[in-house]
Amino acid sequence: MRLELHKVKVRDVRWGDATKVEGGVLYVDKTSALEEVKDDAFAKVDLELARPGESTRIIPVKDCIEPRVKLSGGNGKEYFPGFCSPMQRAGSGATLVLDGAAVVTCGSIVAFQEGFIDMSGEGARYTHFSKTNNVVLVVEPVEGLDKHKYEAALRIAGLKLATYLARACKDSKADEVATFEKGSTAEESAKYPDLPKILYVCMSIAQGLLHDTYVYGEDIKLSFPFLLHPNEVLDGAVVSGNCVSACDKNTTYHHVNNPVVCDLYERHGKDLNFLGVAISPESTVLAGKVRNALMSAAIGVELGADGVVITEEGYGNPDTDLCLTAKYFEEADIKTVVISDEAAGTDGKSQSLADATPEMNAFVSTGNVNEMIVVPPMEKIIGEAEAIALLSGGSAESLREDGSMYVELQSVIGSTVEIGYGNVGCEWV
Amino acid sequence: MAYRVVHYINQFYGGKGGEEVADFKPSLEQGPVGPGSELQKLFGDEARVTGTIICGDGYYAEHIEKARAECLKIVEELKPDLFIAGPAFNAGRYGVACGDICAAVVERLGIPSVTGMFPENPGVELYSKQIFIVKTADSAMGMREALTSMARLGLKLLKREPLGSAFEEGYIHRGIRKNFFKEKRGSLRAIDMLLQKIAGQEFRTEYEMPVFKKIPPAPPIKDLKHATIALVTSGGIVPRGNPDRLRVSSAESYAKYDISGLDDLTPENFESIHGGYDRMWANVDPDVVVPLDVMRELEREGVFNKLHPYLYTTTGTGTSVANAERFGREIGHELKEAGVDGVILTST
Amino acid sequence: MAQIATIVPIMLTVGANRIVPGVAIPHPVGNPEAGPEEDKKVRRKLVLRALKALQTEIFEQTIFDSD
Repeated sequence: MRLELHKVKVRDVRWGDATKVEGGVLYVDKTSALEEVKDDAFAKVDLELARPGESTRIIPVKDCIEPRVKLSGGNGKEYFPGFCSPMQRAGSGATLVLDGAAVVTCGSIVAFQEGFIDMSGEGARYTHFSKTNNVVLVVEPVEGLDKHKYEAALRIAGLKLATYLARACKDSKADEVATFEKGSTAEESAKYPDLPKILYVCMSIAQGLLHDTYVYGEDIKLSFPFLLHPNEVLDGAVVSGNCVSACDKNTTYHHVNNPVVCDLYERHGKDLNFLGVAISPESTVLAGKVRNALMSAAIGVELGADGVVITEEGYGNPDTDLCLTAKYFEEADIKTVVISDEAAGTDGKSQSLADATPEMNAFVSTGNVNEMIVVPPMEKIIGEAEAIALLSGGSAESLREDGSMYVELQSVIGSTVEIGYGNVGCEWV
Repeated sequence: MAYRVVHYINQFYGGKGGEEVADFKPSLEQGPVGPGSELQKLFGDEARVTGTIICGDGYYAEHIEKARAECLKIVEELKPDLFIAGPAFNAGRYGVACGDICAAVVERLGIPSVTGMFPENPGVELYSKQIFIVKTADSAMGMREALTSMARLGLKLLKREPLGSAFEEGYIHRGIRKNFFKEKRGSLRAIDMLLQKIAGQEFRTEYEMPVFKKIPPAPPIKDLKHATIALVTSGGIVPRGNPDRLRVSSAESYAKYDISGLDDLTPENFESIHGGYDRMWANVDPDVVVPLDVMRELEREGVFNKLHPYLYTTTGTGTSVANAERFGREIGHELKEAGVDGVILTST
Repeated sequence: MAQIATIVPIMLTVGANRIVPGVAIPHPVGNPEAGPEEDKKVRRKLVLRALKALQTEIFEQTIFDSD
C-alpha cells in the first residue's frame, strides 16, 4: 500500500471571504464553516481562532483534529471513513493535509477529564497545539440534551469542520509530499528476512462516555484486538472519542500523526521490519483485559514478531491491560517495550502505576501526570475559564484571581500522551 | 571568595586508628584530613575544606543523640556553606552516622549536605529519602570516583543550580519522580530501547517495577449476627450537589455522610462525581457502586446486626498513595472507635 | 475489610487481603445492563460474598469468587 501525504504548510490563520490557503495563511470563511457544523443538538455554535504565541487559553477542550481530505484513493470530498466518508480502506492514494493547522472542539463540559490548551507561556511548552494554528469550534448544547448525544454531535462536528477546511483548500499546491509505502506483512518479511520484526500494539481506551475510541466509525468497546496496516492509522481510520485525562488522550490529530507508527516506518527496511499496528481495546472488565492481552500476543505470534512496542492510553485501570499485554508477549518470547505515563502523586512519591509485573522491564515514561505547574493568566479565554474547577488535575482553587492557574500537568491536552509524541520524560530524583 | 566546607569522617579515615578507637569522641581539626585532601584538590579554588570533624563509628552508633548534638554544635559554630560526610562505602555504622549527621545538618541548620555510600549500606535505607547519598563502590577502591561525584554535587547544591536526574547526578534516588524534557521523543526512545533489548544489549529502563508491601490480614468476624458493618467507597459517591466539594480526581480529602435514615441510594439524594469512569450507571442508581439497598435488606433480615450510620467516601482516581494511606488510617481509626466490626469497601 | 472491585490484579498489587471481584468498573456491585431484577440479584450475591469473606480466616491475599 502506498500513501502520499500532500502537506500544505499553514503558518497563520485568519478570517476571510473564502476558505483557502494563500501564502501559507489559512483563510477561513466563517459563514460557510458554520454551515458545515450546524446541528440540532447545538443551541449555540461559534468559531474562534487561536494562533501560536497568543495570550489565549482554550478550555474545556475535547478533541483536536488535523484538517485533511482525500485527493485520490477516496472520492476527493471527504475523510475519516465511517464518519465523514463511506467505508473504504484508508491508507492509499493521496491525502491533502493542512500542516500546521488544527480544529479544536470546545464547549460546556460533557464530563470530567477534558483539558485546556494555552497558546503561550508555561502551559504551551507541554502541548503540541500551542504550535498549531487553531480553528476552535465552540458550542453550547440545547438544554437537557443527553450527554452521549452531545458528545457524539460535537465529535462529528469537529471531524466535519476539519474535512471542510481541507476540502476547500484541495487545489492548493503541496509544500512537501511524504510517502509511506509498505507491502503486506508476508511480502515485507520475505523481503527482509534478517531484520527484527516489530509489531506495534496501540492500546486504546474503550470504556464509555468520553472514554471511547472509534475505528472506521465504530465504537471498539466490544471489539477484539485487530491488525491494521500502518497506512490506515496514518490516514484517518482511528478517531478519538475520549478524554481519558487530557494529558494522555490520543487526540484524533495524534492518531493520524502517531509517532510510533512514523518512527517505525522511518526505519522499516533499515534496522527493523515494521509488521503493522494492532489496536487493542482497554476493557472495563477483567475478563476483557485478559482476553485482549492474550489475543494481541497471539497476533504477534502469528506474524512472527521479534519485538513489540506497546503504548497505553490513560492511567489507573488500563495499567492492568499494560501489564497483562507485556506479560503475555514476553511469555510468547516476544521482547516488549512499553510507553506509559505515571501517576506518582503531586509530590512524586506515590507509586507510579496501579499495577506492576516483573516482565515490564523496558519502560519509557512520558511523565508524571500529577506534577503541578503554574500557568500564567491569558488575555483571551475561548470557552469557560471556570471549567478548570471540574477538570481532572484542577480544582476550585486552581484558578487564581489574576487568571493564572495552579494545576496538575494532566489538565493540559496531550501533555503526557503515551504514544511518545512529546519529549517529556520522568526520572528518579 | 571560596565556599567553606566542613568534612565529617570516622576515626579510621581520620588516622586515629581502627576498631580499637571506634569510641573516639567528636573532635574538630583544621583543614582537610585523610580523604579530605583529595576532596580539597577536587574543589580547586572554588571551595575550601576549612575543618574536619573526626568521630568514632562506635561512639556515634551507641550515642546517636549525643553524638549528633555534639557534631551539630561544631558545624553550627563553623557555619560552612556545604557539609560533606564520608564516603562510607559499605561500612554500616559509618553509613548510619554519615546519614544521620547529614540529615540533622540539613534539617536543623539548613546547610546543604552530601555523603556517599554503597547502595546496600544500611544507611541508604534509613536516609536516602532525606539526603543526597552519592552512589559509591563497596570499598575505598572507589574513593576517587566517590569524592569526584560528591564534590560536584555539593557545589551544585550550594550554588542552588538545577539538578538533573539522580542517575545523571550520581546519587541514590530519594524516591521522588520528576518530569524532565528529554532530547528524543518517547517513541524514538522506546524503539531504541526495544532494539537494544532484542539484540541482548544492556538498556536502561526509565522506570523499574516496584515491589509491593503486604499487610497482615485482620482476623475474621466470629459473630456476624451481632456485628456492625460499615460501607466505604473510593467511587466518589456523594450527596447530590457534592456539598463538601470532593475532588473529581487526585482527592485531597474524604467525607462521611449520615445514611442512617436511608434505605436506598437514588439520583434524588446521591450522585457520582468520580472523574475516572463513565458515571452513567452510578447516576441512574448509585447502589451499583455503594450497595446500600442490599445492605439494608440484609440488616433487616438479621444477617448482620447493624449498618454503621456513616458512609465514608472519596475519589480513587489519581489520588496519591500518601493521601490514600492517610485516609485509610484515619477512617479505620474512626470506625474502630465507633465499634465497627467489619468494612465493605467498593471501588470502581 | 473486604473489597469489591473489578480489577483484581490492582487489588492484589495494593495489598487488599479479602478480595471480591466486581462486575465492571462503572458498576462494581451490580449488573444494571441486565435489568433491575438481575442487577439486584447480583448485588445481593456480591455483598453476601463480601460478608462471608469477612468471616473467613485467611493468611494471605485471597480472592473470593464463588459462594
